[in-house]
Amino acid sequence: MRMSSVWLTRLLHVTAVIFILTVNTLLFARNVMAAVPDSELLTPLAELKSANFSKKEQVVTDLSNLDDDRVIPILSGMLEGDLYYSKNAADVFVVLSSIESGYQAFNVMTAESTPDISKRDYKKISVNNSLRRLLRETLASLQLRSSNLDTRIEAARAMMKSDDEGNIKPLRQALQKEQNETVLHLLAVSEAMLVARHGESQERVAAIGKLKGELYPEVRSLLAGFLIQRNGEFQEPDADVRQAAADVLESIEDLVAFNKGIENVYFGISLGAVLLLAAVGLSITFGVMGVINMAHGEMIMLGAYTTYVIQQLMPNYIDYSLFVAIPAAFLVSGAVGVVIERGVIRHLYGRPLETLLATFGISLILQQAVRTIFSPLNQSVTTPAWMSGSLEINGALSLTYNRLYIILFSLVVLFTLALLLRKTLFGLQMRAVTQNRRMASSMGIRTGWLDALTFGLGSGIAGIAGVALSQLTNVGPNLGQAYIIDSFMVVVFGGVGNLVGTFVGAMSLGIANKLMEPFAGAVLAKILVLVVIILFIQKYPRGLFALKGRAAED
Amino acid sequence: MKKYTKNIGVGFTALALSIGASLVQAADTIKVGVLHSLSGTMAISETTLKDTVLMLIDEQNKKGGLLGKKLEPVVVDPASNWPLFAEKARELLEKDKVDVVFGCWTSVSRKSVLPVFEELNGLLFYPVQYEGEESSKNVFYTGAAPNQQAIPAVDYLMNEVGVKRWVLAGTDYVYPRTTNKILEAYLKAKGVAAKDIMINYTPFGHSDWQSIVSDIKKFGSAGAKTAVVSTINGDANVPFYKELANQGISAEDIPVVAFSVGEEELSGLDTKPLVGHLAAWNYFMSVDSDVNTDFIDSWKAFIKDSKRVTNDPMEAHFIGFNMWAEAVKKAGTTDVDKVSNAIIGVTVPNLSGGYATMMPNHHITKPVLIGEIQEDGQFETVWQTAGAVMGDAWSDYLEGSKDITADWTAPLVCGNYNVKTGKCSGQNY
Repeated sequence: MRMSSVWLTRLLHVTAVIFILTVNTLLFARNVMAAVPDSELLTPLAELKSANFSKKEQVVTDLSNLDDDRVIPILSGMLEGDLYYSKNAADVFVVLSSIESGYQAFNVMTAESTPDISKRDYKKISVNNSLRRLLRETLASLQLRSSNLDTRIEAARAMMKSDDEGNIKPLRQALQKEQNETVLHLLAVSEAMLVARHGESQERVAAIGKLKGELYPEVRSLLAGFLIQRNGEFQEPDADVRQAAADVLESIEDLVAFNKGIENVYFGISLGAVLLLAAVGLSITFGVMGVINMAHGEMIMLGAYTTYVIQQLMPNYIDYSLFVAIPAAFLVSGAVGVVIERGVIRHLYGRPLETLLATFGISLILQQAVRTIFSPLNQSVTTPAWMSGSLEINGALSLTYNRLYIILFSLVVLFTLALLLRKTLFGLQMRAVTQNRRMASSMGIRTGWLDALTFGLGSGIAGIAGVALSQLTNVGPNLGQAYIIDSFMVVVFGGVGNLVGTFVGAMSLGIANKLMEPFAGAVLAKILVLVVIILFIQKYPRGLFALKGRAAED
Repeated sequence: MKKYTKNIGVGFTALALSIGASLVQAADTIKVGVLHSLSGTMAISETTLKDTVLMLIDEQNKKGGLLGKKLEPVVVDPASNWPLFAEKARELLEKDKVDVVFGCWTSVSRKSVLPVFEELNGLLFYPVQYEGEESSKNVFYTGAAPNQQAIPAVDYLMNEVGVKRWVLAGTDYVYPRTTNKILEAYLKAKGVAAKDIMINYTPFGHSDWQSIVSDIKKFGSAGAKTAVVSTINGDANVPFYKELANQGISAEDIPVVAFSVGEEELSGLDTKPLVGHLAAWNYFMSVDSDVNTDFIDSWKAFIKDSKRVTNDPMEAHFIGFNMWAEAVKKAGTTDVDKVSNAIIGVTVPNLSGGYATMMPNHHITKPVLIGEIQEDGQFETVWQTAGAVMGDAWSDYLEGSKDITADWTAPLVCGNYNVKTGKCSGQNY
């Protein structure tokens, strides 16, 4: 894997270099690089060394007024917290980025890159929140006419946060040049927002009218701001503006409420997917084999720790780490599962109480083992870039990527498992053994090893769930405990020994929980769900999808 | 001859006595109890504090101990189990006969051991920020009271950041509930309307923050600067910050100021989504002072790991331990009552370059620092109080505790004296 990923990155590098070269030639063909004398850049840069944040804000404004292509890398480096100055040489300012062998310094004045430098020779230029806000806004106004479409979209979106009247002019210029529909729309909204703030009375009313139907939180915030009262008096003196704002806001609120409804269902499905992942392994060990496995949560935990270890082993390939972690976690948890089954559980078949106590003991042993090996502290698992952020459907509705992937992943796991159980010899033998052990045994099936493999499969799937959960929650020794109750709840509610039941159970519990949460609060929603389950089990002790026929007899 | 023998006899007796005395002295140590969970949920935070106390004892012994005796640590593990805290406290005081105990993290564990310490007249140093509303004769609170953390943080947001709308988010237990009650009363006293305050509680270890973050986003788009004041307990913070970042809420839009997120908690997570969010403490590892540099160096040497960090409760133990040592020297004994009297007014250096003094209400003076989280998991101090703030056991903003004051010096000698009725309510604490 390591070899192939090295080749993959090399290939990517080569492609990127070719691409950059082409773009550069195109750019140079069109216009010559804008530049000012070095001293005009260095004087404000030198002031960044001071710790005074208001002075730094002045420097940022000064720099943004210079017509020089070197300004953008400086400001964006500063925003990311990657801008450093040399402790040894004056006038050396670099943007540090981590590379495979350590750190690489990009000199902002000469645009030269030096690999493998020591970070100790440089000191960071610190930024705080208000400086970050200014930087983001300044960069956005500078990047409105960037040649990269994504940069333009980002810049136009960031302009919505601006309150600076001076930005109206660049926005209007950008509006005239822009070809792309998405960017045009964002620019128009940002422009209307600024005019609504700073224009003449009639202009403002017209601008507010243009904001009709825009769901962006910034728009709502702006309009609501016009209607704020302090001490019985409106902050906004112009009655026409207030009226227009109130009208537009009303039309927006309906749409927002509708989107909020969709969002709640999405949240429910994603909680359901997490429950499904946590429970699907248990639906094998508990549902199919009938083992009350209190150590199921610890199998999930082992999977999460495997992810952590894999990320430690391949720190430069975090983006691919999860693909390695999934099979690794399956193997680790599965192997531990087989050992537990062979070592402990097989002696206890038919004695549920002893199994419960034994597996509970195992869960404590595993927790303490992890504490001893990895320390009781939580471990940091990095989220790959492709799982961060969200897919913005409209201003009021965005679906977070990590949840989206986990929903897809849980379905893939469920279907693979269903196929395995239905279509393979192993699945057939497994079902045969759990239905009638002696009959299966006399047909020549090695029931002992099949039990071990089945338990290993359930545990392995719990390990896979751990990989997914490491992206959502803390990777620590207590990870498993948080999910064991939920897992049993889902399996019992859905009907023991039934994958469809587990799926429907997980989804309905997730959605019910999330639909109740907005008005009942997180604590009460959870209690309500538990109460409903207790009542449900009273009426239908075998769960939603009860097994019928001979299998349900014992 | 007879006289001579007698003299020799006297000489031998004296020698034997002095040898005996020195033998007794060698066996006679000052026992220091350490009551921190080393297993279970709280082990994540408390193990570090156990190590801190061991380090402080070790350093004191290198300086020759106290009153000519060596200090001997007695470590027990209450396993994050609240009733077990009381049992272990009893064991420390009755069986091991320790002279002082450093311990507890959660308020519920402190409430659980409180009756034991009062019954057996023990001495407890409690190093964690807490909700106040308590002052026991047998407990010294070296962590922050609400007026040393929560109130200054809100002041900072209100005056420096211009926050108008407030989300008070917390885990559902006693510390967040009481702190938020105090903060709500404080905000209302400052003229914030009820509709501009949103209060939200979540269960312990909550990991699904989608709906709540979405609600915060909606609450924050009402035209006024919004901030979140978080009393969310350690473990639940990681998914909370991750969800904030994923839903596109940055610290510039809606800053979160946390009271339970310190260097130790940050070391266990991917800090990228947290950069720029705030925390209010009385100490940051990044504080630039000589005494702090020394402390960090000796901590790293003691724990044999150059990556380990220091945090606020560790500083509290540092202050508490030194105060106790000073008081023992002053009193010339480890007797609980005498040390308790001697410690009031004792002043020792804190780690941020100033001094901490033990007040008559068993709380100490502390500076308040607001820091922004940096990508390396450290804090950049962006604001701090002009001087040290005196810990207030009973909040001035809560109905019912407004009129109550604690003073363990004569003539009051009471932890809950009502200035209006002029009565001490009779409880020991």
